[in-house]
Amino acid sequence: MILSAIAFYVFAAIIIASAVLVVSARNPVHSVFFLILAFFNAAGIFVLAGAEFLAMILVIVYVGAVAVLFMFVVMMLDINFVRLREGFLQYLPVGALVGIILLIELVFIVTTQVNVPEVLAISGAPTPNISEVTNTHALGRLIYTRYIYLFQAGGLILLVAMIGAIVLTLRERPGVRKQRISDQVGRSRSDSIEIKKVSPGNGI
Amino acid sequence: MEIGIGHYLTVGAILFTIGVFGIFLNRKNVIIILMSIELILLAVNINLVGFSAHLNDLVGQVFAMFVLTVAAAEAAIGLAILVVYFRNRGTIEVEDISVMKG
Repeated sequence: MILSAIAFYVFAAIIIASAVLVVSARNPVHSVFFLILAFFNAAGIFVLAGAEFLAMILVIVYVGAVAVLFMFVVMMLDINFVRLREGFLQYLPVGALVGIILLIELVFIVTTQVNVPEVLAISGAPTPNISEVTNTHALGRLIYTRYIYLFQAGGLILLVAMIGAIVLTLRERPGVRKQRISDQVGRSRSDSIEIKKVSPGNGI
Repeated sequence: MEIGIGHYLTVGAILFTIGVFGIFLNRKNVIIILMSIELILLAVNINLVGFSAHLNDLVGQVFAMFVLTVAAAEAAIGLAILVVYFRNRGTIEVEDISVMKG
């Protein structure tokens, strides 16, 4: 028990430190790396909370796809990041003020009564004992039965996002020579060869 | 040293605040703003999973998964818009985007 508590504090500390570095790093590539570190440690916290499937999904989807996508965009675009950081200190007081107000409000929420007994009585789907059913199995049972329509809607959202991203970024570039196989196959002898009768001594 | 719901909520609250703070701090850089939104969504997920563990209820994890789905879609679309915008204007400063005016 003490070991898991220590692990939680270590994970939480690393998450918060790397989140601070994400928003304050000078180089956006470093920001992406710290974002990846934050996601990994959040996965650790999820494992401690008993959500193994979500932890693995977080590592696969966020670190494997989203963070790499960020990395691609940061590295592909030729952006003058020094100019983008102008006014960094100018925005600092306003941002700090809003952040502190928000944090105080959140602390009020957290410190006020969290353990409402009526809430504990309402249980949507009680977590089965881990020795009987694994977390992934239990989640699958829930997603594919009660939440099947929401699950399908999630798939639809991803499909729309995929099509949207492709449509947005695809561009027809003029002047690019491509192989057109149909044209090559459709060529006939008559429109590529012309036979001329040349009478001797006259030339063409 | 029992890790309770309060611990998860504290981590979530701090992470959420850092995300909002990051949006204010990097007002010109859209990439960092998108990363701050990812941090905010991560904070929400930590809260959901914390409550799921606290209430012994699996629905929180299902909901966290849907949040993850939407976050992935949002990142893809956001970065695609960013790439198109950069191609057209050669910069990603947020203040220039208002030039379009509808």
